[in-house]
Amino acid sequence: MNAINWVACRTLLGKEVTRWRKVWMQTVLAPVITALLYLLVFGHVLEGRVEVFPGVSYTAFLIPGLLMMTVIQNAFANTSSSLIQSKVMGSIVFVLLPPFSALELFLAYIGAAVLRGLAVGVGVFLLAIFYVQVPIENIFVVLIFAILGSYAMGALGLIAGMWAEKFDQIAAFQSFLIVPLTFLSGVFYSIKSLPEFWYQLSKANPFFYMIDGFRYGFFGQSDQPVMLSLAAMLLAVTILTIICVRMLQSGYKLRDA
Amino acid sequence: MARLFFFPVVTGSILTEINAISLSGVSKRYGDLQALNNVSFDIRKGEFFGLLGPNGAGKSTLISALAGLLKVDSGQLSILGADVEKEYRQARQHLGVVPQEIVMDPFFTVRETLQFQSGYFGIRNNDDWINELLDQLNLSEKADTNMRKLSGGMKRRVLIAQALVHKPQVLVLDEPTAGVDVELRQSMWRFVRRLHREGHTIVLTTHYLEEAEELCDRIAIINKGELLALETKQDLLARGLGSKLLVRATHDIDTIPREYQDRVTRLEGNEVELILHRDSDSVMEILDRLRAASMKIDFVSVLSDSLEDVFVRMTSEQEGVQ
Repeated sequence: MNAINWVACRTLLGKEVTRWRKVWMQTVLAPVITALLYLLVFGHVLEGRVEVFPGVSYTAFLIPGLLMMTVIQNAFANTSSSLIQSKVMGSIVFVLLPPFSALELFLAYIGAAVLRGLAVGVGVFLLAIFYVQVPIENIFVVLIFAILGSYAMGALGLIAGMWAEKFDQIAAFQSFLIVPLTFLSGVFYSIKSLPEFWYQLSKANPFFYMIDGFRYGFFGQSDQPVMLSLAAMLLAVTILTIICVRMLQSGYKLRDA
Repeated sequence: MARLFFFPVVTGSILTEINAISLSGVSKRYGDLQALNNVSFDIRKGEFFGLLGPNGAGKSTLISALAGLLKVDSGQLSILGADVEKEYRQARQHLGVVPQEIVMDPFFTVRETLQFQSGYFGIRNNDDWINELLDQLNLSEKADTNMRKLSGGMKRRVLIAQALVHKPQVLVLDEPTAGVDVELRQSMWRFVRRLHREGHTIVLTTHYLEEAEELCDRIAIINKGELLALETKQDLLARGLGSKLLVRATHDIDTIPREYQDRVTRLEGNEVELILHRDSDSVMEILDRLRAASMKIDFVSVLSDSLEDVFVRMTSEQEGVQ
């Protein structure tokens, strides 16, 4: 078995991070502004009318959900757009010609997705706390779920990027899978407020565990036990890692394309 | 002359038997198309090797297979003894490929592009070599320019620098001069010749057959995925029919002796062109027979076959065109 070439892996990670840093207005600032607009609109309309957790204002409740939504959407966008762009433009060859192993490619792409997710998350948080005070019950839980969430979504973006042959297929993946699963995962509400059928269905949505566990890190309260959410996330990242590495090993729609 | 490029060229008795590139029974099929059909040949270390064939012949498929960009259905490929699939790390480390298409990553400058590419091959702190490549390819002034702002020729040079940034011993150039102006083409060949002189194996595919004729030691011709010829340039040029005899008469030519009629490639007015068998024909004997057939000869010339003539003839024969 080949040992990991850390120089190669770090270089690709550095290149992927540089890629999103160079267009930070589009990749960091724009999603931060969008999240804040959600916060302003929903917070203004629903503040004082809804109390999801005892003692937690609706706007404060909303912040972790919006934060996580922004983190995971950007993690997905980072890997998927990087791959589809380089596939369409042909520059993917610069990554395919060097002696990368599948694991090195995976770690580099996922690392960059996690870092972009965290950068956007920190941006949303720093601006949001000017608007409303949000407690942080356990910073480690917050960080673990932010990292696992962006890891999982970066991996999903990698799968989408390998599978897609055109930009609109990525957009479809985003519109028909990522956005619905995110919006129906309890970003804006507690799933306990849903009718039984939708409550049970929401529990089958893996995105719910990302948001719910993340929210626990802020309030110490959640719809499901935090360890259950952690187990669900660990299972998701394990499955996604295996799928991604296998796809990269076989060169699915990358080599022989 | 001082050696400008300090590549780690493998020399010595132990490794002298290892071929730079070795292909054995390589086949690849895309649906109904047999892109490569049982292709086998070796490219020796230090050769300047030409890979010729019409569009769709299988050249790019072969190069992609060597570079690990596709998997073949059967057969083995190795680079300096390393199997491109099982020992892909070593194989790719030995190989530099200049792709046919001009591709680039629009986010980065020329220097960043080369630094990243160097790191991908596990090489850190490669700035001295990168500066030397920039200098040799006349890119120093553009080192900090974004790739998007370069001309087509400049981008092509960056592609060459990217292929060389990890100091590979085998360099594959896939139609590197397509759409490149004459000046750049000549400076590119000076550079590649120098690499070759310093012991590097160069594999070239080109549509400009005069380039292959001028540069390559040995040439393989492939068509429809099959190897039609693999010979030294001299043997290929001397192969088969070889050259033509041009005869101009003082009058319009209307009759040719029967024994030469199937050799006529052109008959226009007072000129006739005949295929000349280098080994068996005597020019004087042919002229005597033409004179005996009442032809008053004014001018005679022997036209040597170019690589293009040989190439066209061989690929046409495979197509069944006479």
